[in-house]
Amino acid sequence: MIVYVVRRVATAILVVAGVVVLTFVIARVVPGDPAATWAGPHASAAQIAAARRFLGLDRPPAVQLASYVGGILTGNWGVAIHTHRPVLSDIGQAAPASIELVTAAMIIGLAVALPLGLISARWPGRASDHTIRAGSILGVSMPIFWLALILQLVLSDRLHLLPVAGEFSPGLLFTHPLTQVTGFGVIDAPLTGNWPMFGSILGHLLLPALVVAAYPAGLLTRMIRAQVLDTIGDTHVQMIRALGFRERTVYGRFAMKLAWNPVVATLALVFGYSLVNTFLVEAIFDWPGLGQYATASIQTLDTPAILGVTLFIALVYVAANLVVDIVQAAIDPRIRLR
Amino acid sequence: MIEAPAPLPAQAAVVPRGAALRRGLRANPLMALGAVLSLLIVVVALFAPLLAPYPADAGSATHPFAVLQAPSSLHWFGTDNVGRDILSRVIFGTRVSPVVAVFVLVIACVIGIPLGVIAGYFGGWLDEVIMRVTDIFLAFPPLLLALALAAVLPPSLTSLVIAIAVTWWPWYVRLIRGQAASVAGRPYVESCRALGIPAHRILLRHVLPNSVTPLIVQVSLDFGGVILTVSALSFLGLGAQDPTPDWGLMVAEGQNYFTTAWWVVTFPGLAILVTAFAFTLLGDGLRDLLDPKRTFLR
Repeated sequence: MIVYVVRRVATAILVVAGVVVLTFVIARVVPGDPAATWAGPHASAAQIAAARRFLGLDRPPAVQLASYVGGILTGNWGVAIHTHRPVLSDIGQAAPASIELVTAAMIIGLAVALPLGLISARWPGRASDHTIRAGSILGVSMPIFWLALILQLVLSDRLHLLPVAGEFSPGLLFTHPLTQVTGFGVIDAPLTGNWPMFGSILGHLLLPALVVAAYPAGLLTRMIRAQVLDTIGDTHVQMIRALGFRERTVYGRFAMKLAWNPVVATLALVFGYSLVNTFLVEAIFDWPGLGQYATASIQTLDTPAILGVTLFIALVYVAANLVVDIVQAAIDPRIRLR
Repeated sequence: MIEAPAPLPAQAAVVPRGAALRRGLRANPLMALGAVLSLLIVVVALFAPLLAPYPADAGSATHPFAVLQAPSSLHWFGTDNVGRDILSRVIFGTRVSPVVAVFVLVIACVIGIPLGVIAGYFGGWLDEVIMRVTDIFLAFPPLLLALALAAVLPPSLTSLVIAIAVTWWPWYVRLIRGQAASVAGRPYVESCRALGIPAHRILLRHVLPNSVTPLIVQVSLDFGGVILTVSALSFLGLGAQDPTPDWGLMVAEGQNYFTTAWWVVTFPGLAILVTAFAFTLLGDGLRDLLDPKRTFLR
């Protein structure tokens, strides 16, 4: 097991090194002049030259790469052009809101996918199965930025069922200000006994989370259906059935148990996808997370910020995959031998 | 103890291809639906100038006296903020993101297939190098890398093709490599080698044709995904620019008028959804037919 973990961590470090180099290459590919962007549209040639020196763009590429890697290791991820603040602290401030959103979406997705996938697999070929399969493919085919706009219009603007946008009702800032503990609103509010704020955050979180959940719900339903169908014919599941367990138990407990492993492996992947999907919806819902930061950076051609977010999400994604692999290896010894 | 008989495989007998397809369609009405919708989209793309009621509106035409009109018998899908007929633009949109998707997938295959076959067949350090590079690209969620690239390239459809293709090829390398590696170990390939047939000939005539089926399935499944990616990037302003009737761009442009004019966002978005849905249904059905054992992680 230790050998497996060490090997797996080593590959992850290699991949991370590659990811850092790749983001650097992308930054160098940029056809515009970052120094000119930094200095602003009315800067003189001297000011642009000064900005170039300040940003280190006058040095040879190898030196730039070395200082870029050094900066990333020491927590200096550059300065965002549009906020003029360090990229890493911007990310640190925005990340909790996005992680909240994606986690909520994953919970909703899994809560929808589990029963639907099991129902679909239990009666394959029936109308219910076809409907659920069509629904799950609809979920993965959904342009979520469009879904966000439609649901916002229908549920918030017309029916007034849910708040339109924001992280909480702004009025609460005066009556029940949020005390920062972890930076995660959904944790800090109950932790400090701030129940009105907690309710408001949950209410504001629901709509964006529903939208982001479209992809996880669709993908996980498909996966669970396929995995359960795959294991239901296995001899040991037949054995459980022969022992007289109810069909419910055969599917829900025994077939599903075997299906969990690949489903868990997919969770890391889905988490990464959904984190990027927040780029498409956070601006619509004015949710103050990474997605909104990223779209603001894109609109201002803020290369350091864009690459900072890219790098951060890639690191999260690599780490999530690493954790999932190790957890899986701990559960299933066969994986260690691969 | 008597052992239970192993469950019979669903389709053990060899059936002619046409019959299998027909049977598959009957067993899988969703695939039939996907096939019909996909065909319809292709037909609309081919005959767009004939089908669109106002072909000029797909371009830069403006009608200042007909802005943001609600759907009516004149404009079935209403008009946008400069008075263009949305139905015409949605129809011409079948020539934008689906075409971009075709280019992306062709480029991804052109890069991915040779690398995958080489890595799988030769193995050794070549395999190691190719796969480690692939791993780096796969460390990004696909939309993220495409987004970062598209953000630094000047916004255009060409940049979009490049940005997405760069993120898509590693998946195909990995897929083909696995297939090629298993084919490379088979006796008939070994006998080819024993006969002294040059490597490039073995690769082209024997390894490639025998490893490509899962790729065909994956490409058809990916078509919808690429269309979604194209639309997402266009929505963020990183792809097609204004007069181009791209669906994602139309949704982005309609956003500002959405609360008073629901049709400007609704119909282009619906076009994205229907297109992605149709091709994913088709690809899903094809996978069940050709390659029932493969899992789908994409």
